[in-house]
Amino acid sequence: MLWVDKYRPKTLDQVMVHEDIAQNLKKLVTEQDCPHLLFYGPSGSGKKTLIMALLRQIFGSSAEKVKVENRTWKIYAGSRTIELELTTLSSTNHIELSPSDVGFQDRYVVQEIIKDMAKSRPIDIKGRKGYKVLVLNEVDKLSREAQYSLRRTMEKYSASCRLILCCNSSSKVTEAIRSRCLNVRINSPSEEQIVKVLEFIGKKEGLQLPPGFAARIAEKSNRSLRRAILSFETCRVQQYPFTSNQAIPPMDWEEYVSEIASDIMREQSPKKLFQIRGKLYELLINCIPPEIILKRLLYELLKKLDEELKHEVSHWAAYYEHRMRLGQKAIFHLEAFVAKFMSIYKAFLIETFG
Amino acid sequence: MAPELQSSQPWVEKYRPKQVKDVAHQDEVVRVLTNTLETSNCPHMLFYGPPGTGKTTTALAIAHQLFGPELYKSRVLELNASDDRGINVVRTKIKDFAAVAVRSGQHGGAYPCPPYKIIILDEADSMTEDAQNALRRTMESYSKITRFFFLCNYISRIIEPLASRCAKFRFKPLSGEIVSNRILHICNEEGLSLDAEALSTLSSISQGDLRRAITYLQGAARLFGSTILSKDLLSVSGVIPQEFVDALYAACKSGDFDLANKEVNNVIAEGYPVSQMLVQLFDVVVEADDVSDEQKARICKSLAAADKCLVDGADEYLQLLDVASNTMQALCNMPQEFSYES
Repeated sequence: MLWVDKYRPKTLDQVMVHEDIAQNLKKLVTEQDCPHLLFYGPSGSGKKTLIMALLRQIFGSSAEKVKVENRTWKIYAGSRTIELELTTLSSTNHIELSPSDVGFQDRYVVQEIIKDMAKSRPIDIKGRKGYKVLVLNEVDKLSREAQYSLRRTMEKYSASCRLILCCNSSSKVTEAIRSRCLNVRINSPSEEQIVKVLEFIGKKEGLQLPPGFAARIAEKSNRSLRRAILSFETCRVQQYPFTSNQAIPPMDWEEYVSEIASDIMREQSPKKLFQIRGKLYELLINCIPPEIILKRLLYELLKKLDEELKHEVSHWAAYYEHRMRLGQKAIFHLEAFVAKFMSIYKAFLIETFG
Repeated sequence: MAPELQSSQPWVEKYRPKQVKDVAHQDEVVRVLTNTLETSNCPHMLFYGPPGTGKTTTALAIAHQLFGPELYKSRVLELNASDDRGINVVRTKIKDFAAVAVRSGQHGGAYPCPPYKIIILDEADSMTEDAQNALRRTMESYSKITRFFFLCNYISRIIEPLASRCAKFRFKPLSGEIVSNRILHICNEEGLSLDAEALSTLSSISQGDLRRAITYLQGAARLFGSTILSKDLLSVSGVIPQEFVDALYAACKSGDFDLANKEVNNVIAEGYPVSQMLVQLFDVVVEADDVSDEQKARICKSLAAADKCLVDGADEYLQLLDVASNTMQALCNMPQEFSYES
């Protein structure tokens, strides 16, 4: 079992990073009156962990007995029938799904499936906890139509069903939905907090941590706790006992992007662009999301650039990322950014050095 | 006294006015509708206005008051964006419902029960244009026995032929006073204590949206118990603390790109919504005294462009970085045109 899963806090009391939020959530559900919740925050900040701990707090240990199901729904939309397949995680009291997985048909998922589930009230002999919890992941990736459909559903079935929505950025969730939920912001843990967690894990595993080692991992992790724990475990596998100057291996793809960045800086020509296209394809094939590639590439380039070029380059990065979102094929826009950068940089070099 | 939190209903639903006359602040509409209740006659209606001003509440209340609980099911069809409302539904469901004749003179006790049915189309601005077009004829041919209520945020998204067939009512954003009164009423009912500062904070962050104000209040009450302070409300509402906005603005002013980049990263890592950041940054820029009008214009232009991109789903970090970079260029009087653009 990976350490990330092994040391995931199971209850709200065990949470180490967002203690105050956890305590507030606990108060919220012990008063038997849970509103709709919207969790938002960067990845690796602990949204899912808190949600699972919250469910356990509400429903007891039965919330942990989850089964994975591949369910198919038949939806009659006017003249044609649409079949949708979606993976759900469910226990007796809650269902978890990512409606955005079905792409542009997510509207139907929201309209039909959620309605369907929200309508059926769970049967409980004691007559308490008369509601089900529906966890929706990645609500920020839902289409606008689907978000519209969600809002009235939320009001209509509020007596029998609570929604827990989870997303990275709440800018992409419509105001209408945000105003119907209790918004819970989960910030990334600070480096000190990451160090604290790493030291806790180290102690549990009986490891000797050289001073400053945990701090270095935390610094490299970009304030993502998951990443910090993963790279901590990688270090453990690579070399133990730790030495204080042990290298912390970067992610493969990050190294690859930084290679691309130095390639671009070295030579600006159509031939190089062609080679870079191959490398970008390689990254895309390995399922690195294009916007992450672009952001990392910008990060690498900004490190190497002169002050006066930074504004221009960051502007074009924002421009091409926006275009990428509107378009279909990510490779065009990534390549366009690289080409644009080459042209800017070449012009700069000619002007400076003649 | 401990707040009573037994009912699991959101307060927004719990305190939704049941009668038209209880609807706050929308005097014209209330007057016309009270008249309707007396004479049992009403035109097609189109309610428009910002969210949380009472459109749905009014429409539901009038329907309930006209027909009472028994006839409500058979006389009122409520459709909103969560129901499928393509052109097919307009052609079948709405038309079928509209075509059914009603018995007149049927009196359900205290209710007027006029001889027509009501179709409420909530969130009508999310209907497609085709569907709206298909409605035109239906509206006219069954106008004797059916009334349509359209509810929407933006009247510009309702096609002209439909709008011209309806009596239009604009729902005004609620004034701070009205919001405060309503909130105080709820506080009394729920046994909450709210000081004057918290109350003014609440009415300023809700910006005339009563639903939002009530949701914040309920959220704060859930999280922090029955005594609610101003800062509790701020933390529930997702407003970014002023020091973050000021730090970003100061970084832009300093002209140091790396510092601005660091601040942007910080904002993202703290998980604040960037759209909110843009709004608050806008406030800071507009109110700044030492910035010329031209600089302000440049900054606002980049804020607007970034907001549009965010709506399209662009990445938050890159957009905020672009805004920061543009702001910096404007504040430090760097040339606007990029020098190396070919």
